[in-house]
Amino acid sequence: MTEVIRDEEGRFVVELEGEIDLERAPALRKTLLDCVRRGRDVLVDLSRVTYIDSSGIASLVEALQDAGKSETRFGLIAISPEVMRVFELARLDKVFTIHPDLGSALEAGA
Amino acid sequence: MTAQASQLTSAQEPAAVSPAAPVIRVEGLQAFYGAQQVLFDVDLTVMPGEIMVVMGGSGSGKSTLLRHLVGLSRPAAGRVELLGLDITRARSMEMLALRRKIGVAFQGGALFSSMNVLDNIMLPLREHARLDRKTMEIMARLKLEVVNLAGADALMPSELSGGMLKRAAVARAIIMDPTLLFFDEPSAGLDPTVSSALDDLILKLREAMNMTMVVVTHELESAFKIADRITILDQGRILLVDDVAGVRRSDNPRIQNLLNRRSEETEVDAQAYLQRLTGETPTPPAATNETPEAS
Ligand SMILES: Nc1ncnc2c1ncn2[C@@H]1O[C@H](COP(=O)(O)OP(=O)(O)O)[C@@H](O)[C@H]1O
Ligand SMILES: [Mg+2]
Repeated sequence: MTEVIRDEEGRFVVELEGEIDLERAPALRKTLLDCVRRGRDVLVDLSRVTYIDSSGIASLVEALQDAGKSETRFGLIAISPEVMRVFELARLDKVFTIHPDLGSALEAGA
Repeated sequence: MTAQASQLTSAQEPAAVSPAAPVIRVEGLQAFYGAQQVLFDVDLTVMPGEIMVVMGGSGSGKSTLLRHLVGLSRPAAGRVELLGLDITRARSMEMLALRRKIGVAFQGGALFSSMNVLDNIMLPLREHARLDRKTMEIMARLKLEVVNLAGADALMPSELSGGMLKRAAVARAIIMDPTLLFFDEPSAGLDPTVSSALDDLILKLREAMNMTMVVVTHELESAFKIADRITILDQGRILLVDDVAGVRRSDNPRIQNLLNRRSEETEVDAQAYLQRLTGETPTPPAATNETPEAS
């Protein structure tokens, strides 16, 4: 699993890479939930994700909901147009906070 | 739901497929039921992202073709290649991997009446993947959202209308984010408004998920709305493969017949009914030995 977790001014930035499918979703889910449960804000950087299937998206959804429960923030960064179309299909663009890049995410205080 | 520029770059796909290559390639397909030949030398090519509609009169071999396309039936001769894999020769491991990439919404593929909608939709996931229950539930609810059945999770199939059942079947067919989606008569038995909404859903799925689809229908209006190309089957042979404009333009009398189908269809139904009553098998080549519902 190519994923890097960085500490960026007190928040976790999870950098994902490549294709996220049924094989990788369980590990992604665990990583995201672990980050959220540590009580910090989380940003997931998708700029180097070439493909994410709905098991990956479901893991994002679950983490977002957990973050809401623990009143931390959970945002997404740099969603590709292809991923965005899928988000829009299920109206997830209305649910997630999506930032164009890390800079604007930090600027927005996410 | 999948998201990527081209479905064909996914690591799980056989390397032989490049974006320019067809995702479905059928060559010289022959099919029989017993001694009765129902498909004759069928060739078919479907390109990535394309919606290929298969039309033809009742008994022309549409469902049989579809069953061969998804590997439910073995051809007597010819080859069927999906995503670069010759499924007539594939090993069971290869077929298993391929099945994850294929969504099927067939007429007989009804929901299980003993399970609620959510469990029905999650079923393929339980068979093919090892995921957390919560992940599977969210995936299933996402699909319900996509097919406009949000909130129907806990309903039993018996509580759904005809249109809702079709939508739920579509949700189940796309639960694994298939690259290829096969429909047999998705709008059969639906009233025009509901059927048109189903067409919109098909187009929406292709748009957002880049799926390649083969849709069998005998609803002309629906075919013209969703098709990139139309294959017309006639008594087990391909009569024409062309885009919508080409089909409309055709001066082939059999195709014109299909386009002005109403009167013909009544006749076909009457024959099928008679055969049903008498229990007689038709003499080949048979175009008319099915019940209207199963066409
Ligand atoms: N299970 C079967 N056993 C015997 N004959 C069949 C069977 N299924 C279909 N047929 C026959 O094969 C021909 C093609 O059927 P089918 O592919 O279902 O046509 P369509 O879907 O275009 O109505 C018809 O003559 C039909 O009666
Ligand atoms: Mg049929």
